[in-house]
Amino acid sequence: MTIQFNKETFRDDYSFRNSDWAIKRFPFPFHEDSYMYSVNMEQHRGGPEGSVYEKRFDVDEHYLSEMQDRAMVLAEDPLRCQSLPHMTLAGWDTLELIMVSKSEDYPDLFELHRDGNRWRWVNKPMGIDHTFTFLDDTTLPCGPLEYITRQTQGDFAVLDQRDDMLWMDAGMVTTQADWSLDFDIGMNFFEWHAPVPLAHEMGIFKRALKFLLNVQQGAPARRLNWTMTVNPLLDTSPENYHKWGIQKTTLTPENIGAKQHLRVELQTFFRLPRSNALLFPIRCYLIAFQDIVTVPKWGRRLHRVIRDLPEELATYKGFIANRPMMLDYLSKYDDGLETSLGVWPDLETEPPLEK
Amino acid sequence: MSAAPQKAKAGAEKIAVTVSAVVPLNDLVTRFEFKRTDGADFPPFSAGAHTVVEMRDGERTRLNPYSLMSDPADRSIYAISVRRDDQGRGGSLFLHQKVKVGDTMTLTYPVNLFPLDLRAKKHVFFAGGIGITPFMAMIAQLEQSNGNWELHYACRTETLGTYADELADHHPNKVHIYYDDQSQAIPLEELLDGQPLGTHIYVCGPAGMIDWVHNTASALGWPEENVHSEEFLAPQPGKPFEVRLCQSDITIQVGEHESLLEAMERCGVDAPFLCRGGACGQCETDVVEADGEFIHRDHWLDDEEHASGKKIMPCVSRFVGKTLVLDR
Repeated sequence: MTIQFNKETFRDDYSFRNSDWAIKRFPFPFHEDSYMYSVNMEQHRGGPEGSVYEKRFDVDEHYLSEMQDRAMVLAEDPLRCQSLPHMTLAGWDTLELIMVSKSEDYPDLFELHRDGNRWRWVNKPMGIDHTFTFLDDTTLPCGPLEYITRQTQGDFAVLDQRDDMLWMDAGMVTTQADWSLDFDIGMNFFEWHAPVPLAHEMGIFKRALKFLLNVQQGAPARRLNWTMTVNPLLDTSPENYHKWGIQKTTLTPENIGAKQHLRVELQTFFRLPRSNALLFPIRCYLIAFQDIVTVPKWGRRLHRVIRDLPEELATYKGFIANRPMMLDYLSKYDDGLETSLGVWPDLETEPPLEK
Repeated sequence: MSAAPQKAKAGAEKIAVTVSAVVPLNDLVTRFEFKRTDGADFPPFSAGAHTVVEMRDGERTRLNPYSLMSDPADRSIYAISVRRDDQGRGGSLFLHQKVKVGDTMTLTYPVNLFPLDLRAKKHVFFAGGIGITPFMAMIAQLEQSNGNWELHYACRTETLGTYADELADHHPNKVHIYYDDQSQAIPLEELLDGQPLGTHIYVCGPAGMIDWVHNTASALGWPEENVHSEEFLAPQPGKPFEVRLCQSDITIQVGEHESLLEAMERCGVDAPFLCRGGACGQCETDVVEADGEFIHRDHWLDDEEHASGKKIMPCVSRFVGKTLVLDR
């Protein structure tokens, strides 16, 4: 497969667009007409051909533009990438996992040549051809975690595992849904999840932690999470809230279809073999409302989910004020017909909109 | 999300291996080395990890965990060192008596329940007997990263000091050996006094030694986060008992010499597990109904959970009584 990489922006003029290919493979997160928290984990061992679940680290048409946006965020705020001193080995683990996976999964785009610890890495889309010594920090221009995650879409939290607990001890976080690595660094699993409503009372985090502590080498896992973003912004960080928060007030009935985006995170979990840390990539996919509703099933379902979502969740996800306008827009794409189970678009089998 | 629904199989992922060397080290301990049957490299592992060795002993499948003791940087082999236990359930005897170079076997991917704390400024290891094995891998790993470590290793006799000479030769200033038959003992209190801040201690050996190190460290004011131990329990024999598995809708008999987990597997129930030694928590099972006494032997459930009668770890724990119904 050859990917046409888009030239686009996630700021200022917001020229980000999804092609028809990207719309059809969008990881729509609702498998039924309602939503409530669940641990909703499954194995990350591939998925249907062409889907975002197929490869260990999905590469799509937004790759180069996302890497450019990351570089801009880091230039303004280097603390978006941090690694506590004991996490360097986990950084090398991450580099190894990504280089091996990408070179095997996308041989036309990435190459890895290994001769003992002498490694040559070729990243064709980004024009990188670099020889270095594995596990020797002095042979890379920056730390191993920063080096490889400047070349890989999605945020990365690297969690140390000690005393039956996970600790946020390293990461690269520039495309986040309103959380801060600089604030969370060194926190444990319960501490960094403290702001989430309802889920603690439901015992979600206790169960999730137990699951994650047991993610084993060779058996990665995944789940989806979602929220809403006005304008296709990758960097919705607390650090920059003063820049993007106010944009939520710019929605109008006329521009909502183009401006309002569903933001979906494909979260994956890998046990890192040399450090025993847990790698937690959080890959962000954005889609405009006007693109979602081109899939009739998704249009119907999104309306029902947003309409019936508990108030606490709409508040936490930051769209309670815009919900009435969202529902006005989405209701035009809900004709009350039944929807098929599962997340897939089912374009061939689901009826077109009947209104 | 159900992108591609798959049911996970119990246990860690598996690797087909061929026995590449069988090296007797002394009267009791033999090292077994494995290569991958497909000729590829093994996955990297972190020091302290174990693998579960699957042994096909006639009709019976034995699954025993052993610490990986080879150098984690050497991806061409995995090695374990096994102490023969003549009174045990037969896994170590099978390895010692039946397994030959060229045999094919199955190992699981490495699972680490005894990792190094990489924040440590210094690592102090306490080994008793065959408890030396995880430290062999830890020492190799720390030597490559210039880690600060020392080993205190108690053996019964010089002839039974598995790897003692080799370790003392390679690291004369870091390795201290104590022979029981020469009335030498680890001067634990002295060693725990005056270690630099940020020191972590690790113990692997008989249960009595593990308790001794934990209790002594605790009495001297060491934080429990800085004291690490690993003890695999072998399931102990016991009176046969009957169990009803309500999800599977069958009633099974647990024999005198098999564990509850093994009995479930024998009857075709795909029950979750990882360590099979009462440590990892993966096989935790809810009790639906019980009329009798539990014999809890695991390190996973706390005292309150043991007393509640609502949970059991079938890899090592048993039951004596009239009725036991499990949610499995």
